[in-house]
Amino acid sequence: MGLSSDDGVMQSTARQVGVEHLLPSPEPVRLLDEHGTQVLPSSARRDYVMPTPERLRAVWRAMVIGRRLDAQSTALTKQGRLAVYPSARGQEACQVAPVLSLGPGDWLFPTYRESMALFTRGIDEVEVLSLLRGDRHCGYDPMRHRTAAQCTPLATQLPHAAGAAYGMKRRGEDGVALAFVGDGGTSEGDFHEGLNFAAVFGAPVVFFVQNNNYAISVPLSKQTKAPSLAYKGIGYGISSEQVDGNDAAAVLSVMDVALAHCRSGNGPFLIEAHTYRMEAHTNADDATRYRTGEEVSTWISRDPVTRLEAWLRERGVIDDETVAAVQAEAEEQAASLRDRMHDDATLRPMSLFDNVFATPTPQVRAAEAMVRAESEAGEQA
Amino acid sequence: MSEIETVTFAAAINRALGDSMAADDDVLVFGEDVGTLGGVFRVTDGLAQRFGEDRCFDTPLAESGIVGFAIGLCLTGFRPVVEMQFDAFAYPAFEQIASHVAKMRNRTSGAVHLPMVIRVPYAGGIGGVEHHCDSSEGYYAHTAGLKVVTPATPADAYSLLREAIEDPDPVVFMEPKVSYWTKGELTPAPGFGQAVVRRPGTEVTLVAYGPSVPVALKAAEAAAEDGYDVEVIDLRTLVPLDDATVMESVARTGRCVVVSEASGFAGVAGELAARISEQSFHSLAAPVLRVSGLPIPYPAPMLEHTYLPGVDRILDAIDRLQWQDTPGDFSVAAR
Repeated sequence: MGLSSDDGVMQSTARQVGVEHLLPSPEPVRLLDEHGTQVLPSSARRDYVMPTPERLRAVWRAMVIGRRLDAQSTALTKQGRLAVYPSARGQEACQVAPVLSLGPGDWLFPTYRESMALFTRGIDEVEVLSLLRGDRHCGYDPMRHRTAAQCTPLATQLPHAAGAAYGMKRRGEDGVALAFVGDGGTSEGDFHEGLNFAAVFGAPVVFFVQNNNYAISVPLSKQTKAPSLAYKGIGYGISSEQVDGNDAAAVLSVMDVALAHCRSGNGPFLIEAHTYRMEAHTNADDATRYRTGEEVSTWISRDPVTRLEAWLRERGVIDDETVAAVQAEAEEQAASLRDRMHDDATLRPMSLFDNVFATPTPQVRAAEAMVRAESEAGEQA
Repeated sequence: MSEIETVTFAAAINRALGDSMAADDDVLVFGEDVGTLGGVFRVTDGLAQRFGEDRCFDTPLAESGIVGFAIGLCLTGFRPVVEMQFDAFAYPAFEQIASHVAKMRNRTSGAVHLPMVIRVPYAGGIGGVEHHCDSSEGYYAHTAGLKVVTPATPADAYSLLREAIEDPDPVVFMEPKVSYWTKGELTPAPGFGQAVVRRPGTEVTLVAYGPSVPVALKAAEAAAEDGYDVEVIDLRTLVPLDDATVMESVARTGRCVVVSEASGFAGVAGELAARISEQSFHSLAAPVLRVSGLPIPYPAPMLEHTYLPGVDRILDAIDRLQWQDTPGDFSVAAR
């Protein structure tokens, strides 16, 4: 007689502990519909509370400013001031709301598309854009801002987030690591390893998947057969949720639940936010080769900024005057960014040798001496 | 002065880990099977029991995750010492090592540094089945931003590992598996970037490191019977590399053979041969020769003796060092 699962030999843990608490809601959590009308998240598996108008106003303001700075950054590529820029237009709710939920003791692990998130984190815009201007790799101090260098190799930042979160936990801090990743990144091995390590070590990480439907040109349908990317958490024993990523109120509310989950010692939490990249992958990409105008139009009608603005206006939290004031503020910041980026970056070729090691090896010193001699010869010529 | 102990290479590493953990609470040891079991080579034996399972712990079986997790721990002030169970099993971690570990200080203009040690039991000669015998030091030495250390004696294993753990920068610490069970005295040893002359000689310089050091010493002994007075240099650290000790030796002997178990093509031995040719050309009576692993995948264990650079191959190389000429004939300065 062969072994059956009833023998106890192949007993699954699912039957013992249940999986209900891990499951995402069957539909993305939504608190505002496409017109900005408040709706009940009736199918949600957890209690999601509408955030206060004050918080939502702050999110809206940061989205307006973020969108303007994003557009300014794309413009700077056309003026040759940025080598390349990956826009996040259309993803403002995902860029802004999670970051505004964090405290200064939390860590943030961004990818290269998170410029807007980093502006929201309060990091100087020029420092954020150094990577894309090309004068240095990471222009800001990650330790000072508790924000890792923007990560380009996809999903490799997720094990870092797990380690940092575990480190905070070991030190008795209540900090959480917020790690961004895209839909394409969920196919990488480090997505699996990062989630698994966080779960095994009970590390307080919020894995925030911005599912914008495309990995450059490859659509989600070619990326996965999972019913939702949020289901990828279940296999690791990670509580997971999916949210309408263009509904800033819902994103904020789901983040609140995720952060409370992490801070209460329940380990990591995975969020899939359904959103859309309105622009091409970068200014150098041609999105018309892989998606239709109709599809883009559909997503324009789900705009995260106008949706929240409608709700705030309807509630009387903001009016024409407030909107004009925030737009003026955004214009001012964009103008300041443009002006500052028009100043040429200060380049010091000899700085190349400064930070290879704390103490340079003889081989680095020799290369430094060679470049210094070249430079001095050039000055004399 | 306390008595000098004689211990195995593996015990010396174990001692270094224990002493570092005792000296600094932020030193964490983790990897596959390093906790309860004490490592497949027993290198971490007793550490979990002595320091607790939160200081020396098992992780999921995922090398990229282990190294990436260590990076995150560095951000919160810890000093991780991670074990890659075998050379070839470290390859899943290569992206983390090459793209993050090696570059972090540089890409953050010095704001983030990674004081971590990645221990890699490496190389062959132990009858291991496939994927257990790679000499992977070239990959790491080629990657700017990594220090690469490979001791050949228990004394070096202890002192270089202590230094690696205290180093503010990432160190790939490569342990020749074949040496784990050899014994030696725990004498004080020089630090990183200092090669040592293991055997003085006047006619030929053998440059070796890691598992090739004992082979080079045996070859030097055999060569003495053939009438060659051979000097053996142990590099000890590949990054930083001690050019000076090598060049000083070659200036005296005028002949040099580099011995390295790794496949010779595009490897560390070639780098050394090039450096010696560039810096000591006028001292040389013959081209620098390499005796290295063959340009083939590491063979099945019953054939590894054909692959490994052994005493005979080194003696053949010494014979080919153009003994009809003398170094002085080639010295421009001497004319």
